[in-house]
Amino acid sequence: MEKMKVLAEWTYTPAPIERGYTRKTLYVNVGEPRMEIKDVSQDMIDTFTGGRGFDLKLLWDAVKDTTKWNDPENEIVLSGGPLCGITQYPGAGKCYAAFISPLSGQTYDSNSGGYWGPLSKFSGFDAVEIQGKAERDIILFINGDEGKIQILESNLKDLNAYAVTETLHEYFAVDEADKRNISVISTGKAAETSYYGCMNMSFYDTRRKVARLKQAGRGGGGTIMRDKKIAAMVVKFSKMGGNLNNVVDLDTLQKVGVKLHKEIHDLDDVQCKMRKVGTAHLNEIMDEYHLLPTNNYKFGQNPAEIAKIHSAVYERLFTQGMPDGCWYGCSMSCAKAVDGFTVQTGPCKGEKVTVDGPEYETVAALGSNIGVYDPLWTIEANFYADHYGMDTISLGTAIAFVCECYELGLINRNDTNGLDLKFGNKDDIMELIHRMAAGKDEFASMVAKGIRYMKKAFAEKFKADARTMEAIGMEGQGVETSEYVPKESIAQWGGYYLTLKGPQHDEAWLIFMDMVNKQLPTFEDKAEALHYFPNFRTWFSLVGLCKLPWNDVEPANNRIVNEPREAAKVPEHVQNYVDIFNAVTGKGIRKEDIITMSEKVYNFQRVFQVRMKQGEAFHNIPLRALGPVFPDEWEARREYYDGKLREIGIDPSGLSTEEKIKKLQEYRLGMWEGLKMAVYKRRGWNKKGIPTLETLKRLGIDYPDVVAVVEKYSKPEDNFE
Amino acid sequence: MITVNGEPLDWKPGMTVQDVLDAKRYTFRMIGVWINDRPVPKNEFTTTEVPDGAVVQAVHMVSGG
Repeated sequence: MEKMKVLAEWTYTPAPIERGYTRKTLYVNVGEPRMEIKDVSQDMIDTFTGGRGFDLKLLWDAVKDTTKWNDPENEIVLSGGPLCGITQYPGAGKCYAAFISPLSGQTYDSNSGGYWGPLSKFSGFDAVEIQGKAERDIILFINGDEGKIQILESNLKDLNAYAVTETLHEYFAVDEADKRNISVISTGKAAETSYYGCMNMSFYDTRRKVARLKQAGRGGGGTIMRDKKIAAMVVKFSKMGGNLNNVVDLDTLQKVGVKLHKEIHDLDDVQCKMRKVGTAHLNEIMDEYHLLPTNNYKFGQNPAEIAKIHSAVYERLFTQGMPDGCWYGCSMSCAKAVDGFTVQTGPCKGEKVTVDGPEYETVAALGSNIGVYDPLWTIEANFYADHYGMDTISLGTAIAFVCECYELGLINRNDTNGLDLKFGNKDDIMELIHRMAAGKDEFASMVAKGIRYMKKAFAEKFKADARTMEAIGMEGQGVETSEYVPKESIAQWGGYYLTLKGPQHDEAWLIFMDMVNKQLPTFEDKAEALHYFPNFRTWFSLVGLCKLPWNDVEPANNRIVNEPREAAKVPEHVQNYVDIFNAVTGKGIRKEDIITMSEKVYNFQRVFQVRMKQGEAFHNIPLRALGPVFPDEWEARREYYDGKLREIGIDPSGLSTEEKIKKLQEYRLGMWEGLKMAVYKRRGWNKKGIPTLETLKRLGIDYPDVVAVVEKYSKPEDNFE
Repeated sequence: MITVNGEPLDWKPGMTVQDVLDAKRYTFRMIGVWINDRPVPKNEFTTTEVPDGAVVQAVHMVSGG
């Protein structure tokens, strides 16, 4: 590739890292252009810890109450956190991104593996903050080796992810070995029209000799990249070492790490098989428990087809025996890939490629949920989603909605510009994906903007029935639901739809605890779980860790030494986190402090949502998430659902299926309201879901501007007694 | 009769923990079982008999995501 023109350049002295922090953040305005290095105060560390906490604090200061996703002041903020980049404990390479989302109009946080998080910290920055809009396509380059920031005029001919990433690893490396010292954030052409554009964060796989892509997929970060005319962001740092974080207690860090490495080595094959199939080990399990979304979440299983997408099938498709960690030292090694895959359609037709994934979510989203049970097709759809820069989850859930609308006759073939979008019609669905990337087809562009947009657009343009779409459109707060059927777990209604940012499974996955184990019988039990787990999991996002090593492997004696409810928390691993956090930072936190650290950021983010939605940050739930909407859903499990009516004192005999559905819906809507109030109360919020002043004070986040938002939108009548 | 996660299940003489899991179609690999609050090691699922009237908890650990 020809040398790129330098549009702006600044030099800096990379700050040394002490105890996991550089205490500096990088601000770049790609529009003006301007660069600034900001100090990180002790208060910022004490309150926001790092990672997503730093992202949100910087974003809060950068935007106005009225900022929209495509305003110049919206930012993409990226941060790893104090533990990010350690190599002794598995899963320590995560990077967290935050921005005002095109889907929801409020903050979204999304995370990715790959090397961006660690390399940007080693280059001197606890966080990188990107603001402004460039006039033409640019590449932001952080050169940690030379202490140089550059904005380059992009001369990339293909803006799709695999092409961008491969080209830039080549361009910025001096030789093959140097490619590993680079990480590229890319998106793709579809992100120019889609609201769910993803960010791909790379690492170079030295064994395969290809750049691998991990995704901060959700929420539309890639959309904002393209709105800012950022073709890619690149970081380079070459002086990799085992203790670049300058930790306080390397000995403890190593001991705890070795213990978990051994656990993974000894137990993974008989537990989750993450090293062989990654999260795709869940495919048949979710089907067995009626949790695998099938045809837009109508059903939770498909016994006739599940064998085709069984994890054993994917185990054969994934290349085995490769160390698939997405950061140094991760022995969980779940970043599975399909090598030598020959693309069958689209602009890459005939090429042999390495495809990252698919993970469970993608198997369901671009598989069962759209009626497709063809792993090779799903792998190709996964490839193109990443390449074009689209979140596989939102893409799959959005297409599932379209397929159901099409089969219900709410839209027709004329509306879809000739595509026959029935469930399972693979060829036409793939064509739809290609049209989304091309950006010229009006219908495809509607689908690319997500379900909330489609509900409105289909009603206005195609006169589709709004009430039906409201019932079956699986979105919350504007964000598509991820890939678990939540209908039969009241706690999971909250795990999805009482979240900060929308129905993503990274807050609380409570279906087994609630629906199968029956460990959460009361509203108070569910509310306690919806307090503990979201906060516990928030902590990973503050410090720079991956969630998977927490409970996708467990100590052999976890279920022997702990009583059932405690066992679900995997107490030994929680202690590991306390020990490694203290070993890195020198702080002396206890287990309980994990929750308090998270609560500060969790509640700050909730106030942030209230601020951006001008007090109307409501939690909505579609009827489909609460139970059957149509008779065929009920009839598929008639005995089960009739039993559910009997449990609440309603005799189903003599009732039509439609009447049964109505009665169960009425009951469950009441349960949803009850759950919501119990959860709000437990979290220290008022009846409108706004954190109270007492909560802000307890957590030490009663900053004047935060208090002002709460005071502005809270009313005395909304307080709990 | 025994109860499994709060629901009744017909008991049969010689019924093992694994028989209970099979009857409930609990196929998840990461399940912890307690009989009357006493944990049963996984390698003893096929040999441990469940007494009549037992309260069985078959706890599915959370993973994935």
